[in-house]
Amino acid sequence: MAFLDIIILIVKALVLALAATTLFAYFTLFERLLLARLQNRIGPNRAGYIPLPGGRKILGGWLQPAADAVKLFFKEDVTPALADKWVYLISPAFATVPALIIWATIPLGCWPSGGDGVLPLGGCAPAGGSNFLQLAEISVGILYLLAVTSVGVYGIAIAGWSSNNKYSMLGGVRASAQVISYELALGLSVLAVVMQAESFSTAEIVNRQWGWWFIVPQFLGFVIFLLSSTAEVVRAPFDLVEAEQELVGGYNTEFGSMKFALFFMSEYIKLVAMNAIAVTLFLGGWHFPGLYTLAQFVTANAGQFAGNAVFGLLSLGAFLLKVTLLSFLSVWIRATVPRVRYDQLMYLGWKILLPLALFNVALTAVLNVLIPDNRYISGGIAFVVGLIAVVVVASMRGPRKPPASQVTLVKKEASR
Amino acid sequence: MLGEIVKGLGTTLKYLFKKPVTVQYPEVKRPVRERFRGRHELKRFENGMERCIGCALCAAACPADAILVVPAENNPEHPNSPGERYAATYEINMLRCIFCGYCEDACPTNAIVLEHQYELSFYDRKSSIYTKEMLLVPPEKGHGEIPPILQQLNRRPSPPAQIDL
Repeated sequence: MAFLDIIILIVKALVLALAATTLFAYFTLFERLLLARLQNRIGPNRAGYIPLPGGRKILGGWLQPAADAVKLFFKEDVTPALADKWVYLISPAFATVPALIIWATIPLGCWPSGGDGVLPLGGCAPAGGSNFLQLAEISVGILYLLAVTSVGVYGIAIAGWSSNNKYSMLGGVRASAQVISYELALGLSVLAVVMQAESFSTAEIVNRQWGWWFIVPQFLGFVIFLLSSTAEVVRAPFDLVEAEQELVGGYNTEFGSMKFALFFMSEYIKLVAMNAIAVTLFLGGWHFPGLYTLAQFVTANAGQFAGNAVFGLLSLGAFLLKVTLLSFLSVWIRATVPRVRYDQLMYLGWKILLPLALFNVALTAVLNVLIPDNRYISGGIAFVVGLIAVVVVASMRGPRKPPASQVTLVKKEASR
Repeated sequence: MLGEIVKGLGTTLKYLFKKPVTVQYPEVKRPVRERFRGRHELKRFENGMERCIGCALCAAACPADAILVVPAENNPEHPNSPGERYAATYEINMLRCIFCGYCEDACPTNAIVLEHQYELSFYDRKSSIYTKEMLLVPPEKGHGEIPPILQQLNRRPSPPAQIDL
């Protein structure tokens, strides 16, 4: 690899990391505004407004993330006397780094570069070149994603342990148990996608979805993925890790200042990254109807580079739009659904999602073997079966506690 | 279960398109109730004389010990108040005041009244003490209400209790 390539790679990595952290900052604003509106409030509308003539103000609140960051930076940094100091100090980094490096293998868009620079139909990397909008194209990208998302729980677990606080400890233990439980369903739903695409590479999975997003043949897998990824990033309604009523603040009770901000950041970056993975696996990644036609039109009229640039920016826009839609869904769910009980969490993970995911893997395998040639017929069947499975399972009742003691009310006979 | 979740999501989505109920406080101020107990004011008579006669009953009634009254004799040529004495110093410590309104009840001349001003923040403890100059209303804002102590003089004495023997 040439020296210049290394420089470009470093710059790309830096830009991606900064973009992810900025994305986090503005996702918090997006969430606060949307959550407020869903609850009939206004939300942050002060910081950074632009005054207009006539006393009107617009764009209030867009500097709120900056104000929050400045506030957190200048808070006093306290380390508890009984904490295990080095582990305590290193745990925020343990949580943040995996959240940031998730983004490396996600194809954020398609900007063909290198090689002959010609955009192949239905694919992205030109012959001998690569996709400029994907930091690292590795052949086992999916395994990398799964590995990195579960490494993040170490940060939470050791944060809870090193704080030397009962509540933090309980929060960390809950996080580990929850992530391990939902890892299985998550992994199996991703496995079905891998079987569908016949590849472990994220770029290849996206290419396979040209004109046929995997949400159709993998509808069941999509639902399982959404549920278990919400649990995997310990987000409402599965945020038992930081159940204020029971655990104060959960694993981050003893963390203040920028250390707390890092935990907060890792949580939100992981959430957005999970949405990005869902888009990559099920919603066609950067694909959008009409993109190729438009790119060919621009290429014919304005040259290869302009065509690739237009395609790159538009595909990035399409990807971000889909991520925003999924983020809207997660904020919406957070505003609506109350936190589940711990036994309900375990019931859902082990007794509903895991069998469903196994069923989905079996369904995908059978359909791919029986109808290998026509993806529309097999996908249609899979969609219908998946829809029926989701509706049937969801209409079954949740866990019911048996009555603690059988009490029979007997009508007392009137004594004469 | 699916039906309930969809119903809940629909409810929250409905609120997304409704007007928020938030009142934007510093710009929009909701009116307070008629009997709201906010910051105190020392009232005046119609002719601009202070109603306070320096009796210190308010200070005695104050459960939080927030009021300090130092009375002084009126100068007969230029009286501050109609009576013999007036309040030379009248201070209320707003950090101690609990806005119970007992001072208002105790006052024989209706001089101290809890009014509707409620924005009472300050940067240091010293500025929490409101002096007489701050509490007294301007001279042109006096009113002619007869003090309760004089109203009682006009009232007929209650008839003696009828006792059936």
